[in-house]
Amino acid sequence: MSARVLVGVKRVIDYAVKIRVKPDRTGVVTDGVKHSMNPFCEIAVEEAVKLKEKKLVKEVVAVSCGPQQVQETIRTALAMGADRGIHVEVSGKDYETLGPLQVSKIFAALAKKEQADLIILGKQAIDDDCNQTGQMTAALLDWPQGTFASEVTLEADKLKVVREIDGGLETIKINLPAVVTADLRLNTPRYATLPNIMKAKKKKITNVKPADLGVDVSSRLEVLKVEKLKEAGRI
Amino acid sequence: TEEEIMIRDSFCTYCQEKLMPRILMANRNEHFHREILNEMGELGVLGPTIQGYGCAGTSYVAYGLIAREVERVDSGYRSVMSVQSSLVMHPINAYGTEAQKQKYLPKLARGEILGCFGLTEPNHGSDPGGMETKAKYNPSSRTYTISGAKTWITNSPYADICVVWAKCEDGRVRGFVLERGMEGLSTPKIEGKFSLRASATGMILMDEVEVPEENLLPHVSGLAGPFGCLNNARYGIAWGALGAAEFCFHAARQYTLDRIQFGVPLARNQLIQKKMADMLTEITIGLQHTPEMISMLKRNSCGKALDIARQARDMLGGNGIADEYHIIRHVMNLEAVNTYEGTHDIHALILGRAITGLQSFTVGK
Repeated sequence: MSARVLVGVKRVIDYAVKIRVKPDRTGVVTDGVKHSMNPFCEIAVEEAVKLKEKKLVKEVVAVSCGPQQVQETIRTALAMGADRGIHVEVSGKDYETLGPLQVSKIFAALAKKEQADLIILGKQAIDDDCNQTGQMTAALLDWPQGTFASEVTLEADKLKVVREIDGGLETIKINLPAVVTADLRLNTPRYATLPNIMKAKKKKITNVKPADLGVDVSSRLEVLKVEKLKEAGRI
Repeated sequence: TEEEIMIRDSFCTYCQEKLMPRILMANRNEHFHREILNEMGELGVLGPTIQGYGCAGTSYVAYGLIAREVERVDSGYRSVMSVQSSLVMHPINAYGTEAQKQKYLPKLARGEILGCFGLTEPNHGSDPGGMETKAKYNPSSRTYTISGAKTWITNSPYADICVVWAKCEDGRVRGFVLERGMEGLSTPKIEGKFSLRASATGMILMDEVEVPEENLLPHVSGLAGPFGCLNNARYGIAWGALGAAEFCFHAARQYTLDRIQFGVPLARNQLIQKKMADMLTEITIGLQHTPEMISMLKRNSCGKALDIARQARDMLGGNGIADEYHIIRHVMNLEAVNTYEGTHDIHALILGRAITGLQSFTVGK
């Protein structure tokens, strides 16, 4: 199988951190705060690595968009078993306004450039809860999508995806190439072992700029204010 | 380095997700989870500084960080890991033959077999040189007959192999690998132990145990052998103790922020704040030291960690004596950690000798 999988990994504030709103109410405090890989992205990486271990795909490429620090997130994916990484450099104001629309354009461009057969993403990020990137990427590429996947099986050149939906479980069959977004019960991500962390050091991460991919990352949205939720009322 | 940070973070997640949930009952019921060796083996953290034989070959800093994360959960778990890595795998790697390394190291690295380190005796703790365990060579059968008793041996009741240090007929101390099943070898558990309850501690009793000569570790003789192993472990212990102290500090901080008395959180009080400031200062300073200062590092980290744990226990008031809040367990454990690998006082004398050039271990010259 010569299939290549692109896995998107997002660097987000760690789920255990107590979030604080910035005093100027333009966003949340990120300086000095613990960050880690979005949990749904971890599940996506695990699924891709599992497919490689079953010899159903040949190469797993981890992709992240952001400033220098996202390289840590890519390295974690490499330590879990991804073969190489791509760091799409976005920093400063562009990074603050980076959202699903821009990221999906980047992924669509990369999928064509890298000739990917499958894109696996987390179903949503725990910081913005958008749940849009996977769907938008599929639309831009005109590829089928299997979202909220709790089970993914490769059958010849088609993908069988069991989706967790409000009414229960829905099973669909889609053609490759396709976009899949990972839901909680798809798998349990592995701990990166010491030897794998050390091997990850030698794996390659290539840098690329959105402009090189012909993508405009300017945002069409403006954040007006960010506020802490008021305390729930008492009865 | 970035790699060491990744190792620390990955292992921290394992410790918090897999070890922390088990420790309350393990400590309360004195139950040793043998499985953790296999789990750690899978993660590649056993014998991490060894090159080859299925080991990761990483730095001492990484080893220290790993120890710190385990001890953040429990000192007993960390003792189990230190013994396996520094006191069993290290002597075989440093002093053993190629055949011995091939035979034991990969299995030890995977946690398939468990080892223990027999140096301390009932009558000889701080002065291992006075040990009474003897090894007598029998030329006819090419074996050694070993007799004696070792005590306070972490892992011994469950160990598959024992690295035992015995005095040979030439008066030199040498290391031997004893295997469970050898006749005359028994490893009773020490009962009524109120420290490191999550790890199994016992004796190694040897009644004329016949050990084939290929089980001798040939590349060292004299106390340099066991001391080399203990030096290897001591770095992990120094960092580890700070991990326990960090847990106690964070637990006490959270408790005093949450608990309201007289209308304000306890953390609003000056005395409480000073205690926490001192704790954090000591922990931060403790993490700065370099490996060369190992005696100072071990003595300081363990002593300070014990103080910090006691202070933290006090800050939790009555709740502080309940094992549900974990701090009292660290207080108990750190008593042992302060003592083993060279008591607080012994290290003081080592440093005193280094500072003055005069030994004061014994009364004589």
